[in-house]
Amino acid sequence: MCLAIPGKVLEIDTSGPLKMSRVDFGGIKKSVCVEWIEDVKVGEYVIVHVGCAISKMDKQEALTTLDLLQQMGDLKTELGTDEGSGKGI
Amino acid sequence: MRFIDEYRDQALAQQYVERIKQITTREWTLMEICGGQTHTIVKYGIESLLPETINLVHGPGCPVCVTPLEMIDKAIAIASKSDVIFTSFGDMLRVPGSTQDLLSVKAAGGDIRMVYSPLDAVKIAQQNPSKTVVFFAVGFETTAPANALSVWQAKQSGVRNYSILCSHVLVPPAIEAILSSSSNRVQGFLAAGHVCAVMGYEEYLPLAEKYRVPIVVTGFEPLDILHGTYMAIKQLEEGRVEVENQYSRAVRREGNIPAQKLMRQVFEVTDRHWRGIGEIPSSGFRLRDEFSDFDAEKVFADVATITVQESPDCIAGLVLQGLRKPYECSVFGTKCTPEHPLGAPMVSTEGACAAYIRYKHVPSASAAGGRA
Repeated sequence: MCLAIPGKVLEIDTSGPLKMSRVDFGGIKKSVCVEWIEDVKVGEYVIVHVGCAISKMDKQEALTTLDLLQQMGDLKTELGTDEGSGKGI
Repeated sequence: MRFIDEYRDQALAQQYVERIKQITTREWTLMEICGGQTHTIVKYGIESLLPETINLVHGPGCPVCVTPLEMIDKAIAIASKSDVIFTSFGDMLRVPGSTQDLLSVKAAGGDIRMVYSPLDAVKIAQQNPSKTVVFFAVGFETTAPANALSVWQAKQSGVRNYSILCSHVLVPPAIEAILSSSSNRVQGFLAAGHVCAVMGYEEYLPLAEKYRVPIVVTGFEPLDILHGTYMAIKQLEEGRVEVENQYSRAVRREGNIPAQKLMRQVFEVTDRHWRGIGEIPSSGFRLRDEFSDFDAEKVFADVATITVQESPDCIAGLVLQGLRKPYECSVFGTKCTPEHPLGAPMVSTEGACAAYIRYKHVPSASAAGGRA
């Protein structure tokens, strides 16, 4: 139930009592409350749970994590584990 | 970058598994808290990829599973009333009460509507002023702000025919209940990423320190789970005890402060009964007195006396505390199935028992980096 999905903010509407936005989830567009994402901008990604954005995706952190994961992947080549898989460091 | 596909890369997952194997020298037991993480682990066969010495046990973080049976019966009693529109997330509708489920009430003519968001339930109340609209507010800290917002919005907008049946639970007291048990065998936790997106992770620091367990805030994609597992095992192998954040693209240390503020304005901490586990002190939310007009248990005072007993065959409490695997239950897959669940973890697709039934046939190697 704690499923939350990243989506791209297409537009922001501050005319009503709650700050609302139109968010694109890979082609499916939904109305999302972004009341708690104070500095949200069009084009940014938010993480949405039951119609409310609970967090903004930090692109730099995402890239850093992917870099880390990539380095882990590279390690196999560095260690030559194609021949010696499972031998440990 | 769409923040999903990048974290399902099959080749990277396999290489990551190698790295975990390289640093693991002995047996370790980790618990993932969230049912969503359990779902990923079982779906992608992650357990079978890891070294045999790493034991992943599945925690109590499935709100559908831990909502008490008597709360389901209260929902059914309210939804059966003729002047009520009962609204709920879809996965609560098929949870069996002691005699029937909400879908059966709907089939018998009850006005029960599945909603995507509690804000939709408030709209239904606005559109149906002659009916009483009740929303089944279950969930952890991830869901609590949205449910609180619905009550706040109803009050602000003068919507008087809206109330919630509130059964909110909190993660840290459940972790403490598990760690303080004499039978505990969990040595490290993968904390629930979206709970922490709301709450931050400062409240886990005293738990890690007191019980000497690493806690790694972890995301939900296969590579997130492998990365979180790697970080927890690395801490254990190096004798470190820290709270680390694998899911940094979504989780800040302090969490989402405006969401927390609204949640605390509407809710206050209370003792809660967890299905399969029992009473845990200060482990949930209830509505504050100033919002009591929106409390369905007060609006429908006749449901307050409903009490029921669980099936004696079910070992849900042991499964939800990581003491037994689902398949170690004598009625798993026989008397207890997703179609006819006897206990909590078989009820929801996020429940550990239901996930094992659903995905156990998937060959683990090919599923490891597959795409959902």
